[in-house]
Amino acid sequence: MSALTQDTPGAVATPADGAAGYGLARYLVVRFLLIIPTVFILVSLVFFLMRATGDPISAAFGDRLTPDQLQAKLHQAGYDRPLLTQYLDYLKSLATGDFGRTVTDNEPVTHVLGTYGAATVELACYALLVALAVGVPLGMVAATYRDRAPDAALRLFAVLTYATPVFFAGLLLKLVFAIQLGWLPASGRASTDVQLFLQNQTSTTGFYLVDAIRSGDGAAVADVLEHAVLPGVALGLLVAGILLRLVRTNLIGTLGADYVEAARSRGVAPFRLVTRHATRPALIPVVTVLGLQVAGLLGGAVLTETTFEWKGLGYELAHYLTVRDFPAVQGIVALFAVVVAVTNFLVDVVAALIDPRVRY
Amino acid sequence: MAQLLVRRPTLLPDRLRARLRTGGPVQRAMLLTGALLTVLFVLTALLGPLLAPYGYAQLQDGGRLFGSQQHPSGAHPLGTTIAGYDVLSRTVWGARTALEIILAALLLSVVPGTVLGLASGYLGGRLDRLLVGLADALYAFPPLLLAIVMSIVISGGQSSLVGGLGAAACSVAVAFVPQYFRVVRAEVTRVKAEPFVDAARVIGTGTWRIMFRHVLRNSVRTLPLIFTINASEAILTLAGLGFLGFGIEPNSASEWGYDLNRSVADVTSGLWWTAIPPGLAIVLTVLGTTLLGESLTDLADPRLRRRGGTSTKATATATDGGADDD
Amino acid sequence: MTDLLRIEDLHVTFDTDAGAAPAVKGVSLSVAPGEILALVGESGSGKTVTAKSVLGLLPATATAHGRVLLGDGTADPAEDVLAASPARLRALRGTHAAMVFQEPSTALNPVFTIGWQLTEGLRAHGHGGSKAERRTLAVEWLDKVGIPDPATRVNHYPHQLSGGQKQRAVIAMALALGTRLIVADEPTTALDVTVQAEILELLHRCRTDFGTAVLLITHNMGVVADLADRVAVMSEGEVVEQAPVRELFAAPAHPYTRELLAAVPVFGEQSRTPTSTTGDEQPVVRAAELVVDYPGRLGRKGFRAVEGVSFEIRPGEVLGLVGESGSGKTTIGRVVAGLTAATGGELTVFGEPLTARRRTRGRAGHIGYVFQDPAASFNPLLTIADSVAEPLTVHRRELGATAIRAEAEALLNSVHLPRSYADRYPHELSGGQRQRAALARALALRPPLIIADEPTSALDVSVQAKVLDLFTELQRELGFAALFISHDLAVVEQVADRVVVLHRGRIAASGSTAAVLGNPQDDYTRRLVASLPVADPVRQGRREHALDEGVAST
Repeated sequence: MSALTQDTPGAVATPADGAAGYGLARYLVVRFLLIIPTVFILVSLVFFLMRATGDPISAAFGDRLTPDQLQAKLHQAGYDRPLLTQYLDYLKSLATGDFGRTVTDNEPVTHVLGTYGAATVELACYALLVALAVGVPLGMVAATYRDRAPDAALRLFAVLTYATPVFFAGLLLKLVFAIQLGWLPASGRASTDVQLFLQNQTSTTGFYLVDAIRSGDGAAVADVLEHAVLPGVALGLLVAGILLRLVRTNLIGTLGADYVEAARSRGVAPFRLVTRHATRPALIPVVTVLGLQVAGLLGGAVLTETTFEWKGLGYELAHYLTVRDFPAVQGIVALFAVVVAVTNFLVDVVAALIDPRVRY
Repeated sequence: MAQLLVRRPTLLPDRLRARLRTGGPVQRAMLLTGALLTVLFVLTALLGPLLAPYGYAQLQDGGRLFGSQQHPSGAHPLGTTIAGYDVLSRTVWGARTALEIILAALLLSVVPGTVLGLASGYLGGRLDRLLVGLADALYAFPPLLLAIVMSIVISGGQSSLVGGLGAAACSVAVAFVPQYFRVVRAEVTRVKAEPFVDAARVIGTGTWRIMFRHVLRNSVRTLPLIFTINASEAILTLAGLGFLGFGIEPNSASEWGYDLNRSVADVTSGLWWTAIPPGLAIVLTVLGTTLLGESLTDLADPRLRRRGGTSTKATATATDGGADDD
Repeated sequence: MTDLLRIEDLHVTFDTDAGAAPAVKGVSLSVAPGEILALVGESGSGKTVTAKSVLGLLPATATAHGRVLLGDGTADPAEDVLAASPARLRALRGTHAAMVFQEPSTALNPVFTIGWQLTEGLRAHGHGGSKAERRTLAVEWLDKVGIPDPATRVNHYPHQLSGGQKQRAVIAMALALGTRLIVADEPTTALDVTVQAEILELLHRCRTDFGTAVLLITHNMGVVADLADRVAVMSEGEVVEQAPVRELFAAPAHPYTRELLAAVPVFGEQSRTPTSTTGDEQPVVRAAELVVDYPGRLGRKGFRAVEGVSFEIRPGEVLGLVGESGSGKTTIGRVVAGLTAATGGELTVFGEPLTARRRTRGRAGHIGYVFQDPAASFNPLLTIADSVAEPLTVHRRELGATAIRAEAEALLNSVHLPRSYADRYPHELSGGQRQRAALARALALRPPLIIADEPTSALDVSVQAKVLDLFTELQRELGFAALFISHDLAVVEQVADRVVVLHRGRIAASGSTAAVLGNPQDDYTRRLVASLPVADPVRQGRREHALDEGVAST
């Protein structure tokens, strides 16, 4: 969510810093290996923080069980062992893909992640699509008409999308388009019957849009898309505003660069200066910074899913938080950490691919 | 003495005044709107008890209950919530909570962030690598989730036991320490490479003297700007926390995010007045601090000023002409 | 013969925070086909602004009056750039006049290939029918400006080319559009002296091979003497003198021109009486087989900046350290000062061997350091007096505030800075004044050794002359030893008793200044000396011959 502090290009190490002069492959390997400490630090931190206040069983059932029952449960789950042993055990099971079990409904956390992860990824994809479609062209317009009316309007738009909490934007959209106008559904990923229909397909991916398309049922596709519009727009606009100002700032920078003036001195037309000469170099830092926005996107997804009862990981996270089921929370948070680290890696790969200084 | 005062190095306000004179109408409008909204917010927070018709946890007046989900009326200009609180009062009181928590959170994050950033950036070595690794990992992580984890730690998951306000402030603060750390460290490493720091090292100035006399003061010049910008983020994080039910219980303080959480069901049944006032309050507050912070950044960054970078370069050479009077 | 460019009574004013600032005040110039006109001036003289107005590239804050007329050489120039419509201006840019920039690495777009950028100009003017034809043209032009293997280079990105090749590519882009006039804004300032010689040669060929006229913007009188037919001298927005090049150098008419020419250190014509040193005194600095490595980041291979360098500095002696960028000269200065650690070899300073642990503290206060950039070497938040007093405050605290302050003022006085400057902040001083204050700070503890790292390269030539004179005067008076680091042979010749020439981290030559620079024995120093443009058109003519030989021998 830290949109503004990241506007400054160069605040983030660009791949060019660490990679110029030696092979892309080597850079990618080093960059890939950097995922490990990131995930390790986050997972460890979350583990120790969550356990600093006590064990999950007392947190969840402390007020409902007798001390004896509690003790038995603690022993059974291994929470009476030394913390370090538990930590090493936890790391070991994480490495084998075992995220533990939830306390309240005794489900494997991996099962929760598998069931609801797809929904969150689907929502994030819609949002990213909205953000790219809105943010990049508008950012270009704002930079071109710098300090004139279109720029002022677009900057206001960007600040507004940033200032509006995603859940309030969601509530407003819901109030207007679902309740007052009745154009779009207010909540959920699909209507109940469509949901049942999709879940009964022979092989499902968990991505409703993909499943609906594969079923060949046009009505189901339409239903899924209708449900996607409001949450996708609510979350997408948040990122769109950030993207808009990023593109604007960087494009203003490259438009003032010597090489753009050099192209101008050779008679290249203004439109082409913006679209070809200035945009490509401006996008390299944008892509890098956008990677860091994945974190904001996930935080926003938690809120959006709660607002629209979009049954994804964020929705489940909010649920497990209210019932104080910390192993479940810890698992979801750990997964988010992995997702953040991996997407940042992928984004750096993309940045490297569009930056010839890294490629060669 | 008077001469001394005149010759202070150009501080932000002077520069600002000069820039404002030449800054475009857009900049001026942004700055004024931002300042206005921020002042409005602070005034509402300070004068809350005078402005709000009722207390934030008041359910009845003169022995008569307000009632649940009442439409806006003379007694309740913005109606009542499902729990029977007066919406206007809670929205006004919410400003006070927001201001308290934002100030506490920013102070709690600026101080450790700056100290760690300075030590890490200047001393370098293993400490630096460790802290940078930590901060990078945390930075890439959603601040909201970090705040959630922290609030679990602080209040043991039993919200509002250890004073909801303090817990919320600490949770928000922790999420922002890595940001200040990164900003200050980046500045320190930049300043550290400046020749004037080398000059001090050649002289034989001690490490502490260099760190505080030469590096620190030159590294924190952008902090006021980041402070304004992070205030917006702190408000949003607090609201998000409240929206997920990790904020402050309604009887200990009024918090906009919590009220929005309670209004989700109202929206589905078409009631507008419980959601819009607290939501709008968040939007306007964040809008104010963001506009303020952004126009300040704009004015301080020559590259983003009204006219292109080439002009500043050209004017610099043009005005420097003949300045050398040796 | 009719002119290509005629500037008539040009005025340019900038709209700044502090109000309107005139940059160009009534300049009139003309360039004939095939002519090389040098526009000379120090920073702030308005020469770059004049050049930019030729292509209508002035920023939005500038207002221009007068006429800037461009023609194609067949008829009187009639197109007024200042009055042209945007579309007409675009048509003129590149075809009637083209620009070559100071910094080739920023004038090329880092994310597009050289070929693509070259064809962009062709495409904008409808040259070459198809994409393939334009590509063929691009390869041809790269070949014509002397870029080796143009068919491969055309697909390369700017960072894959050397600085000289980049500047060649920029010149190719100008020539490819068939321009009759190249406006070259300090085209060699960012380049090393050996590369500069090659680019000057290329610009010379533009005229002889393609008949292109050049409007050359420069501050370097050596470059002027080497290339120009005619010279226009600018000062404070006005052209103070115009004359053919030999005439101008032989008999400058305007006092400003005379002053400017007098300030230029002319290589090979300076004599410095060497400081007499007895051979048996203990040297202030002795380096033996010094090696400095910079470690690589992120698994990257490290970089060896200095390899096996040995030298001595005797008391009271000025040792000049000369080299091009990347030669390791600054690194050596930093190692001696204790700012950077040596990786290998032996370094003895004041008789004490250098150890990694006691790098700075042991020698603190015995070395004064003058940095290249006078603006950056002062803490912007401290007054000049505070900064100059800092060494005393740190090491001689017992003196007390009043005595330290008095000493600081005395120091400023010794570098000819008036007392009133003591309470100013660094940004309120000019570059030359700051550098003199830096010298005062370096001398505060009367150190036996001063390290001066390119102390004058950020300054204009007239200011440079004064700072160098001051340096020499103080050195004579106080008798300190000095390590004087510079890329400029003429400057080193003026101040140094002995010289060490560095090339890629190794010593290429060393010995007394007169011997090493006057009669170079090794190839590299010979090439360096031959590449140096001399501010004397008559001698320059003789040198051209020597340069050809020098280049051929490498």
